[in-house]
Amino acid sequence: MLEIKNLHATIDGKEILKGINLTINPGEVHAIMGPNGSGKSTLSYVLSGRDGYEVTEGSVTFQGKDLLAMEAEERAAEGVFLAFQYPVEIPGVSNTTFLKTALNAVRKHKGLPELDAMQFLKLIRAKAKALNMNDDMIKRAVNVGFSGGEKKRNDILQMAMLEPGFAILDETDSGLDIDALKLVADGVNSLRSPERSMLVITHYQRLLSYIVPDHVHVLAYGKIVRSGGKELALELEAKGYAEFGSPEAA
Amino acid sequence: MAAIATLKDLYETLSPGLPGAGAAGLDRLRADGYARFLADGIPTPKVEGWKYTNLRDLAGVSLAPAQGTVDTAANTDFDVPSVAPGETHRLVFVDGAFNAALSAVGPLPQGVTLDSLRDLIEASPAYAAEVLDRFPAPKADTGLRVGPNPGRGQSGGLVGLNGAFLAEGAVLTVGEGVKLAQPVEIVFIATAADGAWHPRLLIDVAAGAEVTVAEHHVARGGGATFANIVSGVRVGEGAILRHAKFQEEAETALHLASVTATVAASATYETFVLTTGGRLARTDVQVRLEGSGASTRVSGAYGVDGSRHADFTSLIDHVAANCTSREVVKGVIDGRGRAVFQGKIIVRPDAQKTDGHQLNRALLLSDTAEIDAKPELEIYADDVKCSHGATAGELDEEALFYLRARGIPADTARALLIAAFLDEVAEEIGDKRLRGYAMARIQERIGRLTGITVDTDATVLGE
Repeated sequence: MLEIKNLHATIDGKEILKGINLTINPGEVHAIMGPNGSGKSTLSYVLSGRDGYEVTEGSVTFQGKDLLAMEAEERAAEGVFLAFQYPVEIPGVSNTTFLKTALNAVRKHKGLPELDAMQFLKLIRAKAKALNMNDDMIKRAVNVGFSGGEKKRNDILQMAMLEPGFAILDETDSGLDIDALKLVADGVNSLRSPERSMLVITHYQRLLSYIVPDHVHVLAYGKIVRSGGKELALELEAKGYAEFGSPEAA
Repeated sequence: MAAIATLKDLYETLSPGLPGAGAAGLDRLRADGYARFLADGIPTPKVEGWKYTNLRDLAGVSLAPAQGTVDTAANTDFDVPSVAPGETHRLVFVDGAFNAALSAVGPLPQGVTLDSLRDLIEASPAYAAEVLDRFPAPKADTGLRVGPNPGRGQSGGLVGLNGAFLAEGAVLTVGEGVKLAQPVEIVFIATAADGAWHPRLLIDVAAGAEVTVAEHHVARGGGATFANIVSGVRVGEGAILRHAKFQEEAETALHLASVTATVAASATYETFVLTTGGRLARTDVQVRLEGSGASTRVSGAYGVDGSRHADFTSLIDHVAANCTSREVVKGVIDGRGRAVFQGKIIVRPDAQKTDGHQLNRALLLSDTAEIDAKPELEIYADDVKCSHGATAGELDEEALFYLRARGIPADTARALLIAAFLDEVAEEIGDKRLRGYAMARIQERIGRLTGITVDTDATVLGE
């Protein structure tokens, strides 16, 4: 489904990703763990198409297509979803306007008919209910005045609506207390399916107790330095990242 | 100045033919206006209040009242804008001249009058003069610190010019305690290639009364016309006036307007100005809060592109104690467009417990867009709460990426963010009909700017 080969990327001339190789098959959940500054967020932004990052070497193929050649919105329409570490507040744009515009743009891209207001409403209400979000939350301006947990749930609601083939969860646990984390993790788990792959990016093992990965990778100083099963996360929790060296060694 | 010599001829030629000529009151008003124009002239950037808006373009424009180019009696084919089609009382003016055929004033409740100024003058020049005299002219005095020559400069010359040709306009009076359910609309339609009009709009809302007024300025084939509008507003004790102006003239038009409002105790004056038309448009709003507990909301939204210019200038004068004012002005500037915001709040020594808030935000969509913002607070009382804020910035890159990361194309994302930015101003409008119309017009304008139709209808869930 997703194939990353020898990916190098720089920001402002500084190389952050130094040759990432990663293959994710349909239905698999991979976790990337790593110390701060290892390039985790850069990887998520490079995959989702944010401006400001330059890919200097390597390739990313998504469902057989060259992902790096696409604009951010094309990637989203093709089925790549980024759940943000810090979901953005957008005053003046209601959640419903935002999601209806997004969903219909994606449907249009896929050659599906656009949903009218009533169809959309029915869908969003059902999806929101599953995430314990009320009408008020979906009517309000995007993320404005939302708590940390509400923002993350809102991102997961977007994922549930857009039904991506591949989702990147960037530090989804940051800023969440344990109850909020459980709620978000339940939302994510309910979206796991044999057709949907996920890349869970996290600093801590905690999240992986709730969203259990098939594979765990350690990213340090721009490279994947170790890969293993879910037990690797527990090992990292116990030993820390110290053994993965310093930037000089990488 | 050649324009003034021409104007002298015009004034001498035209004034004997104006309605009510020869009646003492009207002759006096016109002569005063002409004298004021001669004394003050067209404002230049040397005048403080006109530092950022240069009227040099006026030199090439005919100041003479436009001669109707259409058979106004027969032609009713215009698409006349309305905030609530079929449910308003409206007066329509074509190229500055009152058009009875297009106007529609239904049965009005006892105590309410709505007339074209020309009709009023023709019916009774003396009464018309008396009504006109009720409204104070805008003052050049924009603060207590004004220098030795407070009567000069500012917009006096333009107001004088308006007075010299006093004939057309609208007069609305709402009697004590009357709550007019249907909005009143005053519609100016430009069809001429050029020509000027100098309408006077007077709104007098007596104690305890309530009314909503929408003012439209649109082009239906109109070109480089010049509208020079002077409005007088009186809001009596405990009364409520909700007033919105939609300025959507041709991109070659000139539009200059000054509004002078006095607000009595416990009364409310809300005014909103949408500026999307005109190569140069300025609205100058002066609100005096004269009685304890009076309040005003002044808001504005504008959009300029090309090399067009929009100016929103306001003076909120807290004369009495316990008054509140809230001003929010936001605009979008693209291309080599230029916008000006000048907002002054004066809190006079007796105006204790004043609550004054002002916000001005500009969204710059190009490197060559420009905003000149000049917020001013002049406070002479000690127990007051006043704040102001001004920002100018570009579209939020984070927000743009967030939208795109959900599959929304970049240009649609931009249009959504622009609409959101301006919709926030429309939220300031208390009257639902005015608010809905403002949002629709903003969206229509953004659609023309970006080529994208955005649907920001947040009522999709049903209220």
